Amino acid sequence: MVTFIIRRLIGAVLTLLIVSMITFGIFYLVPRWVGATAADLASRYVGRTANAEQVAAAVKALGLDKPFYVQYWSWLKAIFVGQDVNTGTAIDHCPAPCLGYSFIGRNPVWPDLLDRLPVTASLAFGAAIIWLLSGVAIGVLSALRRGSVFDRAAMGVALGGVSLPIFWTGIVCLVIFSYGLGWTAPGGTYTPIQQNPATWAYDMILPWITLALLFSAAYARLTRAGMLETMGEDYIRTARAKGLQERTVVTRHGLRAALTPIVTIFGLDVGLLLGGAVLTESTFSLPGLGKYAIDGIIASDMPKVMGVTLLAAFFVVVANLIVDVLYAVIDPRVRLS
Amino acid sequence: MPDDHSFLEVRDLKIHFPTDDGVVKSVDGLSFSLDRGRTLGIVGESGSGKSVTSLGVLGLHNKRNARVSGEIWLDGTELVDAPPETVRKMRGRKMAMIFQDPLSAMHPYYTVGRQIIEAYRVHNDVSKSVARKHAIDMLGRVGIPQPERRVDDYPHQFSGGMRQRAMIAMALSCDPELLIADEPTTALDVTVQAQILDLMRTLQQEFNSALIIITHDLGVVAELADDVLVMYAGQCGEYGRATTIFERPEYPYTWGLLGSMPRLDRVVAERLLPIAGAPPSLINVPSGCTFHPRCPYEPLTGGLGRTEHPELVDAGGGHLVRCHLPIAVRRRIWAEEIKPKMEGQ
Amino acid sequence: MGVAAGAVLTLGLTACSGGTSNDNKDTKGGGSSAAAFNAAVGKVFNPSDKKGGVMKFAISADWDSTDPGDTYYGLSWNLSRLYTRALTMFKVAPGQASSELVGDLAEGLGTPTDGGKTWTYKLRQGLKYEDGTPITAKDVEYAVSRSLEKPTLVNGPTYFDDFLDLKGYRGPYRDKGKDNPAIDTPDDRTIVFHLKKPFGGFDYFTQIPSTAPVPQAKDTGAKYKQHPISSGPYMFKSYSAGKGFVLVRNPNWDQATDPNRKALPDEYDVSIGVNADDIDNQLIAGTYQVDIAGTGVQPAALSRVLGDPTLKARADNPNTLRLNYTSINPNVAPLDNIECRKAVMLAADKTLYQQAYGGPLAGGDIATGLMPPGVPGFQKLNVYPSGPDNKGDLNAAKEALQKCGQPSGFATNMAYRAERPKEKAVAEALQQSLGRVGIKLTLKGFPVGDYFALYAGKPSYRDQNKLGLMTNSWGADWNDGFGFLSQIVDGRVIRATGGSSNLSVNIPEVNTMIDEAVAETDASKKNQDWAAIDKRVMEEAVILPGVWAKQVALRGTETTNVFVNDQYGMYDFLAMGLK
Repeated sequence: MVTFIIRRLIGAVLTLLIVSMITFGIFYLVPRWVGATAADLASRYVGRTANAEQVAAAVKALGLDKPFYVQYWSWLKAIFVGQDVNTGTAIDHCPAPCLGYSFIGRNPVWPDLLDRLPVTASLAFGAAIIWLLSGVAIGVLSALRRGSVFDRAAMGVALGGVSLPIFWTGIVCLVIFSYGLGWTAPGGTYTPIQQNPATWAYDMILPWITLALLFSAAYARLTRAGMLETMGEDYIRTARAKGLQERTVVTRHGLRAALTPIVTIFGLDVGLLLGGAVLTESTFSLPGLGKYAIDGIIASDMPKVMGVTLLAAFFVVVANLIVDVLYAVIDPRVRLS
Repeated sequence: MPDDHSFLEVRDLKIHFPTDDGVVKSVDGLSFSLDRGRTLGIVGESGSGKSVTSLGVLGLHNKRNARVSGEIWLDGTELVDAPPETVRKMRGRKMAMIFQDPLSAMHPYYTVGRQIIEAYRVHNDVSKSVARKHAIDMLGRVGIPQPERRVDDYPHQFSGGMRQRAMIAMALSCDPELLIADEPTTALDVTVQAQILDLMRTLQQEFNSALIIITHDLGVVAELADDVLVMYAGQCGEYGRATTIFERPEYPYTWGLLGSMPRLDRVVAERLLPIAGAPPSLINVPSGCTFHPRCPYEPLTGGLGRTEHPELVDAGGGHLVRCHLPIAVRRRIWAEEIKPKMEGQ
Repeated sequence: MGVAAGAVLTLGLTACSGGTSNDNKDTKGGGSSAAAFNAAVGKVFNPSDKKGGVMKFAISADWDSTDPGDTYYGLSWNLSRLYTRALTMFKVAPGQASSELVGDLAEGLGTPTDGGKTWTYKLRQGLKYEDGTPITAKDVEYAVSRSLEKPTLVNGPTYFDDFLDLKGYRGPYRDKGKDNPAIDTPDDRTIVFHLKKPFGGFDYFTQIPSTAPVPQAKDTGAKYKQHPISSGPYMFKSYSAGKGFVLVRNPNWDQATDPNRKALPDEYDVSIGVNADDIDNQLIAGTYQVDIAGTGVQPAALSRVLGDPTLKARADNPNTLRLNYTSINPNVAPLDNIECRKAVMLAADKTLYQQAYGGPLAGGDIATGLMPPGVPGFQKLNVYPSGPDNKGDLNAAKEALQKCGQPSGFATNMAYRAERPKEKAVAEALQQSLGRVGIKLTLKGFPVGDYFALYAGKPSYRDQNKLGLMTNSWGADWNDGFGFLSQIVDGRVIRATGGSSNLSVNIPEVNTMIDEAVAETDASKKNQDWAAIDKRVMEEAVILPGVWAKQVALRGTETTNVFVNDQYGMYDFLAMGLK
């Protein structure tokens, strides 16, 4: 088991390195390949009224005239040891881990990411718990009552839930529940949990439910399919033949096996969401990582976008790692291979 | 409640499955009985209804999918109309089942020990450590070496033969009085097969349980069975002592079964005698005798085979046969045609 | 300079320093409390002097900076007056009255001498920062000097860089310890500006927030925006980049020194980054009071607002100081021939152009010249009429095509900003309407962020890639000829490195006319000069004007003193209060 984990860890680190290279390539190399010059790249950061001299100074300050492997190396090194950034009039220090320095905001990106992460984490984990519980419960019930009115209705609603776009559902829910009935908080309100847990939950309830709706539908369908398949397995018949109560057969034998793929997908979904639930955050105006990335894109602030991309990749890689290990814990057949 | 009943008595058991294409009559009027300490071998081809019967005895059919009628008496309790809770309590304790493929029949996530312990604790209110000791004990009795170590292994960590032994241990953990083995050796090598069969015979004698072996393999039946029931298209075609069935079979289908068995004492030059045709549809069962489309002797019935459904008739000494052919004709065919061919003359 | 300026000065002085400190609180500009469509255009809606309450502002996208020396957004200039005071400001009043400049930090408007090359201002007495320290003329000098530091403060306008006689001085960061030769402060309350050339409209420059005082000891450069030291009625309580900030009352602001502000609310909560459609829903519901983007409601809410009588009565439809137009590139054949360019101007269907921007209410009025009505000195032009119904004059267009040697039309590329659906719609409209005379357009979308820096705005790119037509849009810095035209018709603002909004106008004659207009100190003559420039540029057929933009804006449910400030083309954030 330990060797298994170590092997996976090494793989994770390698993956992150490759992701960093690809990300760097996309942001710094691709524009060059399609003809942009260093001055073109620098002109994003110098405001609407800069002259040629200012652009040239920015090129020097940003190091955009150096060969790409030098740029990549200094960028990579900065992640571990920090970097001194020449902003044109002063030397600002970007402490480790320096995931980038925003020239539009004039500040290192990492503290922003740390500031935004709790919002995204609140959204992701809260919604995750809701959708896991509701999706699995509905899926199990549907599978057990296959063909019944409940089953058909539940799967029909699930199909709708998977198909409805979040930005539509979100706005509609806000209009009905927040502004119409006044039951939930309006868009743009967020209270950190350490400040007031009750308000925090109140602010997040509508975003949680809206986001969970989408996933819950998918998980219900997934669980139903998994349960149907599992309940048709031979060992279920054996369990019944042993005289076990049906309830025990369903949970300890059926659900336990059906949940394995669900758990792994769950881990991956949460990992992805931690990189920023872009649509939900935009719709509800939550200041999380996804919104941060969007703002960065609109403002053409590349270091911000790169920072979020790397952090998101990190979460996905870690989630994959956890899920791999979890799978080995759950399914003993995996451990020996 | 009938008083002079056998330990297990099945009367006119019918198990039908309504589908969109029609009603599948998997078991269509089956009757047999079995006493403690005796072994019944049920043989037949795929689709004959053997497994459906055994699942029916254990009450494992989904009431939504299957229509079960008839009577199943186990030690004085009728099972078909009994409340499901009653039947559940008997499963594992009074009657147990061994399945064909032990790898898929055991849960891959739990250790063998855990699964045996579970089987034991359903019917016995004991602590986990007591149950664990029992599990180790059972593993030892089915011939698994180092049972105290292997009790914590997962099913996939056993070899095929050992795995089947473990399943047998699990089935026997509560000391059932009726054991049904559904194709217990089909998935195993021949050498392992012999060991398992040996084990089963030993255990049956030890526990004095009633044993039903379901198989398509006549060799297995020959090894273990006291009585044999030949099933065809959901019904009993022939029933009798094992010696009778092997030495003086009178059912054309049984002849086919025996003839299509490879035997070492047969002259190699002689070809196998397969049964012509395919298993019949259980939705649109052939008219008359269900075997008639494949029976080479159908013409000798003078058309009866096609039009009238034969009843089970005692041909002497409890040897039941379902055939239109007169007894004399059947015996003559067996003695003069089938038997010589089988022995290579 | 002489009499006219003196008259303006006197008027200014009377308006500000006179006995009645109520001039800018004049509610007699025709105000009422009855909700009606356009109740805040040209008049004050819900006049009130009631103090108190928390004003809730929201905006969907962040603007460049809250640092008064580093910002170039109209909404920011509007908003910054809450926490800063520039030397001068536009009168806080609806309608034409707002075009008058008055003294803010200064007692009155500037005194020009030396033919308009030197301007002197006198600060009021008793001015203090939020921490109680006094504001001196040196602080104003420092503020202007630091705004020259473009490498650090990249966003602001360059008027001071261009007009002050800096003699190579670059600013207090790069030329540490040196004195700014263009600005003198003979005493704590007097500040003198030296220009390179005479400029009659220098008072327009001093209303830019770059002149808001900054204490040198507290200047943190690029980080100053996190807490600009307030000289106005409100100060920063908290600031969160990209998320918003809170302003509370500045205890050291003295109403007696500030006749221009009422300072009614107790607190301002500004939320940044709120979903645009959500802002509209919240405006309707009343949880936000103002969308400070100042560009009106989103398309989704538009039909709802206009269709519901109650909501429509809460709406206003002001001009926004913006011209949406298409630049015609005279460096790309065959548009180098003026007749071909005329053909484009004549064949274009202006009603489709207007529709592309959302129709008469949400889009704006069809533009026939560059400067919109409402700019002082406006003259109605129609150099190349588009036919009686504004759908294009096809016959005249075909004649022009004959004259430029392309009788069956020609092909060229049209650039637009890909993320702007309205510009895409304009491109398609022009493709359709010009196609009627055989002018075939190939449409090319470019990313918004780099449109001016790298593509349409970069001379080498647009000429090499044969971008004949390019969508464009310009919001005036303020509502006069200079503010409107100087950045888009002066050929000398075109940079080889790209970035200028002027994509197509480089007429030597116009450049000379601009210099004359700039130096002109007589107000009405100046306005005539700019009108003539407008006409000359139109005759050159290098700009196809589209619409003079309007917006449909929604008033808050709790707001008082609501009116559109014609200088910003949006609600005046300074004057509003709460019920």
